[in-house]
Amino acid sequence: MSRKLLNISIPVISVLLGLLAGAVIMLVSGYDPIQGYSAMLSGIFGDEYYLGETVRQITPYILAGLAVAFAFRTGLFNIGVEGQLIVGWIAAVWVGTEFDFPKVIHLPLAVLAGAAAGAFWAFIPGLLKAKYRVHEVIVTIMLNYTALHVTNYLIVNVLSDKQDKTENIAETASLRSVLFENLTDLSRMHWGIIIALICAIFMWFILEKTTTGFELKAVGFNQHASEYAGMSVKRNIILSMVISGAFAGLAGAMEGLGTFGYAAIKGGFTGVGFDGIAVALLGGNAAIGVVLAAALFGGLKNGALNMPLEAGVPNEIVDIVIALIIFFVASSYFIRWIISRLSKKGAK
Amino acid sequence: MDYVIEMLNIRKEFPGIVANDNVTLQVKKGEIHALLGENGAGKSTLMNVLFGLYQPEKGEIRVKGEPVKITDPNIANNLGIGMVHQHFMLVDPFTVTENIILGKEPSKAGRINLNAAHKDVRELSERYGLLVDPEAKIADISVGMQQRVEILKTLYRGAEILIFDEPTAVLTPQEIRELITIMKTLVKEGKSIILITHKLKEIMEVCDRVTVIRKGEGIGTVNVSETNPDELASLMVGRDVVFKTGKSQSKPAGSVLEIADLAVNDSRGVKAVKGLNLTVRAGEIVGIAGVDGNGQSELVEAITGLRKAGAGSIKINGKEIKNSTPRKITESGISHIPQDRHKHGLVLDYTIGENIVLQTYYQKPNSRNGVLNYRNIYQKARALITEFDVRTPSEYTPARALSGGNQQKAIIGREINRDPDLLIAAQPTRGLDVGAIEYIHRRLIEQRDTGKAVLLVSFELDEIMNVSDRIAVIYEGEIVAVVNPNETTEQELGLLMAGSKRKEAGGSTHV
Repeated sequence: MSRKLLNISIPVISVLLGLLAGAVIMLVSGYDPIQGYSAMLSGIFGDEYYLGETVRQITPYILAGLAVAFAFRTGLFNIGVEGQLIVGWIAAVWVGTEFDFPKVIHLPLAVLAGAAAGAFWAFIPGLLKAKYRVHEVIVTIMLNYTALHVTNYLIVNVLSDKQDKTENIAETASLRSVLFENLTDLSRMHWGIIIALICAIFMWFILEKTTTGFELKAVGFNQHASEYAGMSVKRNIILSMVISGAFAGLAGAMEGLGTFGYAAIKGGFTGVGFDGIAVALLGGNAAIGVVLAAALFGGLKNGALNMPLEAGVPNEIVDIVIALIIFFVASSYFIRWIISRLSKKGAK
Repeated sequence: MDYVIEMLNIRKEFPGIVANDNVTLQVKKGEIHALLGENGAGKSTLMNVLFGLYQPEKGEIRVKGEPVKITDPNIANNLGIGMVHQHFMLVDPFTVTENIILGKEPSKAGRINLNAAHKDVRELSERYGLLVDPEAKIADISVGMQQRVEILKTLYRGAEILIFDEPTAVLTPQEIRELITIMKTLVKEGKSIILITHKLKEIMEVCDRVTVIRKGEGIGTVNVSETNPDELASLMVGRDVVFKTGKSQSKPAGSVLEIADLAVNDSRGVKAVKGLNLTVRAGEIVGIAGVDGNGQSELVEAITGLRKAGAGSIKINGKEIKNSTPRKITESGISHIPQDRHKHGLVLDYTIGENIVLQTYYQKPNSRNGVLNYRNIYQKARALITEFDVRTPSEYTPARALSGGNQQKAIIGREINRDPDLLIAAQPTRGLDVGAIEYIHRRLIEQRDTGKAVLLVSFELDEIMNVSDRIAVIYEGEIVAVVNPNETTEQELGLLMAGSKRKEAGGSTHV
């Protein structure tokens, strides 16, 4: 079996195994897996509304997945996507509520504010890593909590008058799309999906086609050789984190400007940033893989909402299925082994 | 027949490549049998077949006359075949004994009987003259001792046939002498040894017979007593090898590299280079001779911008480059074949093509406006692969997949192709076989003949004597003498390298 085919077959098999295991769990706990899964499927594709909601759900997953994947491809582990997403969200909403511009200026400005805030939040661990060799995992984890509590404070004390959420953003800063809403039976699907897909293409282009990507990947693989070749290791580490953080900040902007239209205080993390790690892993850290994995995650998450309604199956089942898929991807060695065994037998 | 091991007409294929074809290896009981071949000739593949890591497509293996199928290393172990790996497989925080018994612990009801193990290990060690302390920690003993622990591991498992994979590559000359004694003792005690090597000197010294492999094919077996190094070298490479590279008198022109009173600190902040003076002119090769650790690495790193320099100056073509960035230095006309090709020379996960443009990817025509032109890059890579005889399946192969010699050829091709004024070659032939060494020496001399300045740093006196036009001896961070290779001897150089000052008046220290 060719390597490429093998690389694709592993996530596919993992997904199938995850779903199979989910079915077994449903069966054991007294639910009908066929009913459960058909409820889930109709929750994903059932009608235009569900489809629109699924796409909406996919959007931040793509961007969070790209953020993790981009850092990973350049030798960094950005666990801080969650925090960068939160600051991106609030920055985008701040621009969306505070200013008054025509839409052609206001919307791009709000989106860019989200990206810039996420980039800044990731710049900090990048700088610390480049200058003082502080490991980015530790700094990004801590900055997640910092982001959560700082934004909560800002929402209550600065962006609103002791309220638990900000005002709604101006219509001129909104990603809402009348076209998509009409097409999808008034779902909350918004223009963000276009931005997410552009970002996926952007990531592919940067990493595979440009001198910048050549440097970023080289530094990720071998800092000594990169330095020998005349590249600036420090600059590239920081740049990698900044681009990764900008993707994460955009994910937050999608929520703030598209789905919700405001920022509310949070008792805990949104989880999207962390799911981004799983999306990147399942997508093999490649742009196209991330888009597909995000589609699967968004679909499963959104479809799950329909399971208690239609089949009486608790939607936590889907969390278990997702966890199992990740488990199978992570233990891909096991799947590789089975494939090689099977193909050997086939050859005989 | 008294062969302990027979591998008859072995053929092993990998996708797209035949690693072994029609190789026959017959080892007699109680002999030291060399397996000779260039890097990448298929020596390791053959031994992995014997050790059960690979299955041959064709051929037969017999142990003591009995045909056997060795499908995994445990079977090899049970048949009495033991491997002393080049890269040791030891647990550092464990003691010698703990490492030796690992996986075969003598135990009673789940408790390891360490005392019995110590006793066994000590007995084995004494019997074969290995002098290993069973209770020492691996982390605390020398590399030579660690290798003996590897030997003991195989003996403890009852090995009758020991495979040594390039055992001398990591040893000091003194340790090599001791290893040779150990190997002779082992044979006297009835063991048989297969020695994988490309060092002809060692074969002539310890081996009884030698089997030669070239490009995966078995060339034949000869008695060491009936051959000589020249014949072995030509059998291995497939043509006559010139050990002394012929070269004309150098015609040096103006100076290219001028170093004055340079001081450089090492990583611990200790002065490694102290007031060093050196000039390299166009059209000459200056060899830096010295024992490892006398400031050679720091000197090269300072010239190439990889390390901050202190006082003094480094000029290339009259332009000061001290403490400039590596990129500016590269662009000012210096090429650098680094001492450690895996650490500095290559991004191993990049393809050969990407590595070829490692310093020039941002220049036209490799890229335009920040967008890489992969078609150009791989075209150029193809040309260099042909010109420098890099043996690789394709230009899209990751550098990691190439043998050391071919990785080095790729680096040399890249550095020469950049058309530098000064070529710095640090240990350019380390770990390579005679064919590759000859090739690299020829290339260096060729560069000199086209009017480049070449600075060669090497710990191998043969190489320095052979290639250089002038030899600068470095000792404790200073150039202590500059000599003409035709007017000196290895003995004299050895003394200079050890720090004894030159007696004659000719030994001006300022170059």
